Parts: sequence; structure tokens; C-alpha cells
Amino acid sequence: MSAIVFFIAAIGAIAGAIGVVALRNPFYSVLALVGHLLSLAALFLLLRAEFVAAAQVVVYAGAVMVLYLFVVSYIGGGSLQQLTPGGAQLRGVAAAAVLALFAELAIAILGSGLQAVDSDGAPYVTGFGTPAQIGEALLTKFLFPFEVASLLLLVAAVGAVVLARRRAGTTLDDAERDAAHYITPRSLFSGTMAEAVGTVRTPEETVEAQR
Amino acid sequence: MSTTTWAWLVLLFPLLGATINGLGYRRLGRVGAGIVGTASIGLAFLCAVGALFSLQGHDAEHRALVSSLWDYAVTGDVDAKLSILVDPLSVYMMLVVTGISTLIHLYSVSYMKGDRGYARYFSYLNFFVFSMLVLVLGGNFLMLIVGWAFVGAASYLLISFWYRRGTATAAGIKAFVINVVGDVGLVLGTFFVLRHSGTLDFLGTFRAVHGGAFDSHNGALVAGCLLILVGAFAKSAQIPLHTWLPDAMEGPTPVSSLIHAATMVTAGVYLIARLHPLFEAAPAAADTAAVIGCLTLLIAGTIALTQTDIKRVIAYSTMSQIGYMIMAVGAGGYVAGLFHLMTHAFFKALLFMAAGSIIGAMAGAQSLDRMSGFRKAMPFTFGCFVVGGLALSGVPPFSGFFSKDEILAFVGNRGGWFVAPYVVGYIGAFLTAVYTWRMIFRAFWGEPCAEARELEHGHLAHAEVPTNPANGEEEDTDVGFPGPEHTIAEWALPMKVAMTLLAIGATVAGLVQIPEVDHVITNFLEPTFADSKYIHDEAGSGLVFFGMALGTVVALLGIALAHRIWVAKPGSAAAWRERFKPAYTLFVNKWWFDEAIDLLVVRPFAAFGTFSRRTFERVVVEGTLVDGTTSVVRAGSAAVRAIQTGLLRYYAALLLLGGAAVLLYFLISAS
Amino acid sequence: MSIAWYLVVSALIFCIGAGGVLVRRNPLVILLCLELMLNAANLALIAFSRMHGNDDGQIFALIVMVVAACEVTVGLGLIVAIFRRRLPIDVDQLRELQG
Repeated sequence: MSAIVFFIAAIGAIAGAIGVVALRNPFYSVLALVGHLLSLAALFLLLRAEFVAAAQVVVYAGAVMVLYLFVVSYIGGGSLQQLTPGGAQLRGVAAAAVLALFAELAIAILGSGLQAVDSDGAPYVTGFGTPAQIGEALLTKFLFPFEVASLLLLVAAVGAVVLARRRAGTTLDDAERDAAHYITPRSLFSGTMAEAVGTVRTPEETVEAQR
Repeated sequence: MSTTTWAWLVLLFPLLGATINGLGYRRLGRVGAGIVGTASIGLAFLCAVGALFSLQGHDAEHRALVSSLWDYAVTGDVDAKLSILVDPLSVYMMLVVTGISTLIHLYSVSYMKGDRGYARYFSYLNFFVFSMLVLVLGGNFLMLIVGWAFVGAASYLLISFWYRRGTATAAGIKAFVINVVGDVGLVLGTFFVLRHSGTLDFLGTFRAVHGGAFDSHNGALVAGCLLILVGAFAKSAQIPLHTWLPDAMEGPTPVSSLIHAATMVTAGVYLIARLHPLFEAAPAAADTAAVIGCLTLLIAGTIALTQTDIKRVIAYSTMSQIGYMIMAVGAGGYVAGLFHLMTHAFFKALLFMAAGSIIGAMAGAQSLDRMSGFRKAMPFTFGCFVVGGLALSGVPPFSGFFSKDEILAFVGNRGGWFVAPYVVGYIGAFLTAVYTWRMIFRAFWGEPCAEARELEHGHLAHAEVPTNPANGEEEDTDVGFPGPEHTIAEWALPMKVAMTLLAIGATVAGLVQIPEVDHVITNFLEPTFADSKYIHDEAGSGLVFFGMALGTVVALLGIALAHRIWVAKPGSAAAWRERFKPAYTLFVNKWWFDEAIDLLVVRPFAAFGTFSRRTFERVVVEGTLVDGTTSVVRAGSAAVRAIQTGLLRYYAALLLLGGAAVLLYFLISAS
Repeated sequence: MSIAWYLVVSALIFCIGAGGVLVRRNPLVILLCLELMLNAANLALIAFSRMHGNDDGQIFALIVMVVAACEVTVGLGLIVAIFRRRLPIDVDQLRELQG
């Protein structure tokens, strides 16, 4: 019985993952990830992590993905955002790297000396993975990471607000602005590699090169 | 005061004079510079006399006194000290150098009067005298070499004194380069000797030689002596390193008189005399010196017959007379050679001074072709020329006669193959008389030239446009130049005094060493040369008297021939030139030595330099080494820069690949 | 199913996520693939926690989730800022680091 659930959940997770990577429209990618997260929650349940599974669904799939959807709809996706042609083709390299990595991990897992990997795990202790136990651990053994994590959340929230706020006078309806105005121009000879390579030149050098 | 203290004072005064004149010339002014310069050498001469008397106060075995001021570097094999050796030879040289220098300084006070570089001149001249004294007083090879080098530097400074003249600077460079060749020989020779003697000190080296240090290393000694001879030949202008001396006449006439007649060019003679134990243990080297000296005296004599620049005639004459001296000391006649050194200093300096006077009368021109008939206009100069000429030709009872005949008698007495130099010596004496009196007859007999006529009316000729006497190009009388005024001896008292004293010396100096009668010089120098095998080689009276008679006859014949060609039958010189055309061409082109050296040495070096610059420097060093290195670095950095694409995904790919590689490593190491 | 299965699934998801980071050019999708990788790590943590019978792994996974959330927040804020300035939302175009 658990095997069947396992396989369904696993296939769902993998399918979701592939969907995230392969789907063109970012919307669909987000949705695929949501499915992946739900499958993962099922897998967590199989592993007796009740609280984590619930947190996964509520927090991850519920909050974080919704945030994602907001942003994707703000920015737009699919045919509205055509990726300009050009850029590096890393398909081959990616495939090779991924395959190599997976092979190594598989060898590491399957060939490892840990005997318990082949088993179903330690004997089940009542209360393993329950909110009560998790809560107790969070507030005693892992108090410090707990507090730091909350601080981290605060920082992230403030950071997000700062990054994404509107500057005075800029709206989407404003006229098209030159990207150069927003990229703070670096002064010449400030040492960018572009200068050294020759992509950016001083006016004199341009004249010199044209001669 | 001890002898060595006198000697240190002799060294001190010229150095002080040079420093004071060099640094304080603005304060001193013209008169002050002249006084400081002359007085310092005068004081040095007095101290040299003091050293002489003090030395003679010691008994004969103890007349080699060493005084060391400071140990420069005394280690295992090398003992470099600032030490001087005071013995009869060095005192003799000191007296000659300081005595003649004092008179020349006195002469220069008037001669260089109109020159803007007056103080610079005296400073250089004092520096020269100091260097020469270091050379002759030096007690070890180090001081000798230091003095040698300084003298070369002083010579360069003084030859190119009028540095605005291209010819003068070129001549200075030529002299310096040839001197450096000699320096190299001297230093290498010293090394060869040092290797087996173990000490730089002269007395120590001589002890080592006598003690047999070189018995099994005779080759090293011969090589060392030959290299030292290279140095001597370069300094004394012997074949083949002589080409600098005629060009050195670009310097002011007193400079030619002091350096290139009386003192610096005799340094080679002094060197061989000082190192006589070495040369006697290496007869091959000594014989080489004698042969070269003999060749030089002949070749220089022939060239002097054809030169038209009055100073060059005297220069080649110097070369020839030094050939006599080198021949003498090479054959072992040290006393004879040094005696001739002294008398030659007198009459040659006198001749140069007189030449300076007549050049002044000619408003700077030096060509014999333009001089004639000065006899009435310049009686004093004429008298000096006559005295000097008679001494140089070797007419008794003038000094040159006794010294030259003593040399030839010694050489003849050596016997064996030395008969050839003996004969050549007399041929040289004949040539000497001819060219000397050619010069005198041409300049003073005949119709007075324009300048002479002007002078007879009491007015010194003046060139409207100052020209360089060597190549006739115009020059301006700006800094360093001879001033627009010239002087002649008749009108300048210091010049007259100096020349009179020298004339007296040229006349009577020979009387100290009349054969069979007195041996002042021999007795004086004997302690130095006591260990020589030739010091007691007295030529038999028959040979001596025969030589004296032959010398007189030869000299008078020469004078007669010169009189016939240039006085009795004017115009016959051209006929002689036609008759001996090949010989004349050879002599007037100075036996093509300059051209030969240019072809054999200068051009290959220049070509090598060009090759080095064009090929080696540009292709190998710049191209391969420097550019190669930079291009390798550039290529490497370009390759590395290719990683910095700025693409996020590339960086992520690198991360991933790196992670996979690390994982692989751990997998492998764990299994 | 033994723990090994879960670990293999985790490895697979991780690798898929890594491949997605390398291949996709839209920064939003790259962030999503990053999430995939984080989730794979979470799965591995939970699996090991089950294996040892120790709930330390689950707490670790919770903290990872917190961190992931923060990271997503900031990343999306960046992307919004980029979009606001009318720059192309293409990771290949944003290459000022080139040199």
C-alpha cells in the first residue's frame, strides 16, 4: 500500500520537476511546481513527517507560490515576453553535467556504507514528527536557529520592500527610458574589464582605432 | 721630515691645486687661478727636492721606502693598499715631472691668457700632474693602475679642452679608447703576475720573482709582461697603438708639451724600468719591447719627414724619441733610457713651447706651408728652436747627444741581434736631424710671410675669422675657445722665463752623464736597479767613442741635407718628392695605420654593433624574450578572461561541474 | 520502501533542478528551479531523519523552508526592480559582469 502511494507521489514529483524545467510559459512552470510541492508533501507524510508536510503545503505551496504567481502575472509571461535570440546554448553541457551529477549521487547513495539506507528506517517512536515534538525541539534544542530564522524573515521582508519600491517620479506609464540612465555609468578608467578588453573605449581611443 | 712625508706632500699639493681651482674658480678669478695652479706645482717640486735630499741621507741599501696610508682591501691573495714607494727611480721621475710641470704652468699663465676656460685648464693640468705622480710614486700595482687610468682621463680632458671643436672631441675620444685598450692589457698583465706572486706590492713581487715563484710558470710571466707591454705601448704611443698621439695635438700647446712630450708618454718607459725584474725574467717580452721601440723610432721618423702641421712634426718626433727609450729599457739599459727621458723632457717641452709661440704669431695657424722667414721677427723663439733642434738632433755638447749615444752604445754593447737596432738607431738619428731642421728651416728661413712681416712692424697678426687649424672650418670664439688674442714668447715674460730655463736645461743637462767622465745619474739610480743583470754592463770605450763620433757625423749630415733641400736650393723638395714618390706616399699617409685600424678593428666592431642592434637586440631580446614573454602572458590571460563571460548560467554551469568533480574525487578516494 | 528510494528521488529532482538552472533564461524560472533543488534537499533531510529516528532533520528542513522563502522574496523583489527599469528579463542580457 505504501509502495503504491510512494510511486504515485514520486512520479508526481518528478513530473512536476520536469514540467518546471520544460514548460515555456512561466505560469505553467509555477503551476507545475505547485504540483511538485504537493507530491513532495505526500512523500513527507510517508516518511512520518506530519508537521513538515503540513508546513510544506501551507507555507510553501500556499504562500510562496502565491507570491510567485503575483510576480509572474505582474511581469507577464509566455508570448508577451519573447526571449531575444542569442545567448549561450548550454543544452549539451547541462545535460552532461546533470547526468554526471546524478550518476555520482546514485553511486554515492547506492554504494554507500550506510546499512540503514536499505532499511525502512528506525523503529517508529510514537510522537515522531508530531507538532508537539517539533515544537518542543524548536523551543529547546534549536532555539537559536529558530530566533535567527525569524530575524532572517524580517530582513528579507524589509529587503524586498526596499528593492521593489517605486522611486519618486517613475511610473510604468512614463516614457521609455534608456537603460543607461538606470545603470549608473562608471567613469572611464574605473577599471572595468570591459575597458581592458576593448569593449568600452575612451573617445580618443575610438578615434585612434578608426584611423 | 721623513722621506715618505716629503713624498706625500708632493702628492698633496697638486691635488689641492686641482680642487681649489676646480671648486673655487668663481672666487679666484683669472690671476688667482694661475697663481694657485703654478704655485701648487712649484711647491710640489720643492718637496720633491726635499725628498731627494732626504733619500740621499739614507745609505745605499735602504733606499726603497714604502709608506702606506690606508689598507683598502687586504684579504687572502690580494693586498690592496694606498701605498707609495720612494726610491731613486720614483724620486727621479718625481723631479722630472714636477720640474717640467712647473715651467709649463708658468708658460700657460701667459699662453692661455685670453681663454675663458682658464681656471678649468689649470684645474685639469694640476689633476694631471697629481695623477702622474700617483703613477710614479705608486708602491703597488693598484696605485699604478689607478694613476694610469687617471692620467688617461686627464689626457682626455685636456685634449678635448676646446670642446666645441668637433676635431678636438674626436681626438680626445680616440686617445681615451686606445688608452683603455692599454689599461686592459695592464690590468690583465697584473693579474697574470699576481696569480703566482701572491702580492700586489712591487717589492714583494720582485722578491717573489727573485725567489723563483715564476720558475715553473714562465709562460704566465711572459704573458703577463706582454700584456703589460700593451699598456706601455698604448700610453707611450708605440706601434701599433700610436695613432692617438698626432691627433692629440688638438689640445692647447702647453698640454701637448707637458703630457704628450715630457710626462705621460714616458709612463710606458717608467713602467718597464720599474718592473725590470719581471722583464728580465721574461726575456721574450723585453726583446719584444726593444723591437717595437726600434720599429717605432724608424717609422715615426719617416712620417715626420712629410708632415706639414708643425705640432704633428714634433709629435712624431716624440714618438720616435720614445721609441729610443723603449728600445733602451727593453734591452736592459734602464739608466740610459731614463737619462734620455730627462733630456728629452727638456728639449721637447722647449720645442713645443716655441711652436706655441710661433703659432701665436700665425694667429692660430699651424701649417708649415704658411710659415716662413720668422727669423728676424722672432729672435727669441728662433733661438729656442735652434737650441731644441740641436739637442734633438744629437749635436754635441747639447744634452740629446749624450743621452742618445748612451742608449745606442748600450744597445750595441748587447751584441748579438741587437746590432740591427743599433744600426736602425743611427738611421733614426739621421732622420731626426733631417726632419727637425726641415721644420726650422722652413719656418724661419726664406722670405718672411705676411704674418712675419706684420710682426717685424711690431704688430701681431690677427685672424679675421677664427678657424680650426686642423680642418679649416670656421668656429666661434665662445666658451672654451682660445680667445681671440694670441701671445708670443717675445712679449710675455712668463713664457720667456720658462723657455729660457728649459733651454738652459736642454743645453747643460747632458753634462751629468758624460761617458768616462761622470756618472751622476747612474750612481743615483743604482740602488733601484741593483738587482738587474745589465746595470754593470759598461760599453767598452772604443765602442763609446766610435758611437759618439758616428752620432755627431750623422747629425751634422742630416742638418746639411736639410739645409741643402730647404735653404740652399729652395724648390728641390718637390723634386725629391717626385723621385721617391712611393716612399713619399707611404710616409705622408702615415703608413696607413689609421686606415688599417679602421678596417681591422673599427669597422668590424661597428658592424657587430649594428648587427647586435638590428638582429640580436630587436629579434632575440625584444622579439623573442620580451615580446615572447608578454605575448605568452597576454594569451594566457586572454584564455582565462574567456571565462568571465558575465553570463549567469555559465557561472552556474561551472559551479555544477566543479561540484561534480569534487564529488567524483571523494567517490574515488572513498572506494 | 527503503530509504534509498527516497534518496534516489531526491537526487533526481536535484539534478533536474540543476539542469533547469543551466538551461532556462528567464530569471523567474531559474528561481523556480532553485526551489526544486531546495526541495530535493528537504526530501533528503526528511528521509535521513526517518532513517535515524531523530527529528533534527525535520527541523533542519523547516529552517530550509524559511530560508527558501526569504530567498524567493528577495529574488522576486530584484526581478520586479529589473522589470520596473525596463531591462530585459533575460539572464543572458544582464551581463555587466563581463570582462
